[in-house]
Amino acid sequence: MTAKLSANNLTLIRGERCLFTGLSFALGTGQLLLLEGQNGSGKTSLLRALVGLLELEEGEIVWNGEPIRRARQAYFKSLVWLAHRVGLKADLTLVENLQFESALRPIANTDFNAVLERLGIERLKKLPMRSLSAGQQRRVALARVLLSAADLWLMDEPFTNLDRDGRQLVDEIVGQHLSNGGMCVMAAHQDVEIDAPTQKLVLE
Amino acid sequence: MNSAAEQTPGLLAGLTATVRRDLLLAWKRPGDVLNPLFFFAMVCTLFPLAVGPSVEQLQFSGPGILWVAALLAMLLSLNSLFLADFEDGSLEQLLVSPQPLVLLGLGKTIAHWLTSGLPLVIISPLMAMTFQMPLESIGVLMLTLTLGTISLSMLGSVGAALTVGLYRGTALLSLLILPLAMPVLIFGARTVSLAAAGDVYSGGIFALAAYAVGAVSLAPYATAAALRISNE
Amino acid sequence: MWKFLHKMASPPYFYKLAKTLAPWFAVPGILLIAYGSFAGLFVAPPDYQQGDAFRIIYVHVPAAYLSMMGYMIMAIAGGIGLIWRMKLAHAVAAAVAPLGAAFTFLALVTGSVWGKPIWGTWWEWGDPRLTSELILLFLYFGYMALRGSIDEVAKADKASAVLALVGAVNIPIIHFSVEWWSSLHQGATLLKTGGPAMDSAMLYPLLAMILGSSLLFGAQLLRRVRTEVLYRERRTRWVRNMILSPEAPA
Repeated sequence: MTAKLSANNLTLIRGERCLFTGLSFALGTGQLLLLEGQNGSGKTSLLRALVGLLELEEGEIVWNGEPIRRARQAYFKSLVWLAHRVGLKADLTLVENLQFESALRPIANTDFNAVLERLGIERLKKLPMRSLSAGQQRRVALARVLLSAADLWLMDEPFTNLDRDGRQLVDEIVGQHLSNGGMCVMAAHQDVEIDAPTQKLVLE
Repeated sequence: MNSAAEQTPGLLAGLTATVRRDLLLAWKRPGDVLNPLFFFAMVCTLFPLAVGPSVEQLQFSGPGILWVAALLAMLLSLNSLFLADFEDGSLEQLLVSPQPLVLLGLGKTIAHWLTSGLPLVIISPLMAMTFQMPLESIGVLMLTLTLGTISLSMLGSVGAALTVGLYRGTALLSLLILPLAMPVLIFGARTVSLAAAGDVYSGGIFALAAYAVGAVSLAPYATAAALRISNE
Repeated sequence: MWKFLHKMASPPYFYKLAKTLAPWFAVPGILLIAYGSFAGLFVAPPDYQQGDAFRIIYVHVPAAYLSMMGYMIMAIAGGIGLIWRMKLAHAVAAAVAPLGAAFTFLALVTGSVWGKPIWGTWWEWGDPRLTSELILLFLYFGYMALRGSIDEVAKADKASAVLALVGAVNIPIIHFSVEWWSSLHQGATLLKTGGPAMDSAMLYPLLAMILGSSLLFGAQLLRRVRTEVLYRERRTRWVRNMILSPEAPA
């Protein structure tokens, strides 16, 4: 297994606290990395460091053999980030939001309707995001992930606000992505039922 | 399936999409565009109320008052440049996009100027007439305001990026930007005064144009760096 | 050479080095200032235009010079810290800010005092140098306010470094614009000593004051950086060892 994404000896300090030190892992294609830990243990910070938003005190994150600090554009091209906040404009409609996003990163699937159908929100597409419930907004965020051509999915608590069907949907989507050769790093509170080779990283 | 993307956005796609999206957002909330305009008009009204309606006095200080009012109105609107995106999380998505952040930030600033600076330029003749400014100098006023508000938007985007999400961000933004904006104010206001007095004013126009060109070329880089820092 | 710089960038090494260096800056500085003050007040002849009023330049010029130098140090240190990620550089930038601001304030006060016998007022907007100094003070305040608003030290360092760099680029432009602005008004006498060239009896004390003040500034800066480093590294092992070890306090 050639590791496509690897972290070597990461140390992260936020404010006065050292969140973690000496953290390392290696992730190959088709694999899922699950981050577990209590609230405030640094899961989100680790994810944000992996996404490239936070600077590490020490250590290096390597994607496809290149440290991401040096090959930023290439790394961003290969990833999609599903944060805790959905990151969509409340005043714009679903479609307007996704259309904007398709100018931001490579898109694998220009057929919006099919993806929205899959997520069960096709009938909502003309409504402004403000009118959608939290769970529905989360599904729109999932559309961003599904539409992208990214190999690496980075997801922070993707199950938030979703009902049982929604959670099952996430399991399915991620499972399918992994079996197609994609990769995923996920921070999750609840049990995840995804049928794929999984590594677990527990943060104290 | 994941190797070749079906559609990869071009180099300027992010820039144009950002301009379009922000204009669309402004269209849906016209109040946000009108507020700074009302503020501009009100500040212009404050001075005659405070110093008295003497015509010579107002004619003499007209260009200065108009320029200060425009500067303050721009400052007021700059705080919201990145704030909404910061709060709903869409700013983060811009930061992790393979599109150059410099161009995305520039796109937002261009849209901001179109919705804050340009309207100011358009209604400035209206306010200039209340100060009995000679007709010829109104053209110079509009030209200097165009160049000046572009510079202010650029400079302001750096300040807005540095202070986004900070407690009392607007006050801090003003404190940061005002000293840096003084050259623009000096060149703008004094050039219009010279024009109103019938003197040669081309030097000021060139200085303003040079500043604007410099600001448009350099500020986006500082803005992009500041956005990354603020989002840590 | 690189090894030396690399060593310099290490906080514990710099902490010790600064302690030994500071007196070498402070003592010559104080001596030069003593000579400059005495000679400036008593030995230099009175100016043919301004009489004895010009003597304040012996404080005003060094203060104005150091106010500019302070900002440049702040911007360059911030830039080094930003680009090469050197923590010590950020500590230098943080330490120099209040020092530079204080000298700016001093330059403004002495400039105003100088102006009183010449203009008859405590402030003359038409003087470009004084107005530029005032704007510089605002730039310092903005920098310190930004630092103060950001709780996390690393983030505050980086944000203020960007601000300082933007300010440094703008300072020449501000000077030029204020000069142009004041030139539009005739009749404002500028703050400068009369005469085509400065008498050497006037010049030497001035140079001594400039050099002496710079050395003293350097000494103060070294001490401030030491304190800043100590605060920033207070949780590290080397600080703990130093405090707990039985040798004399640093």
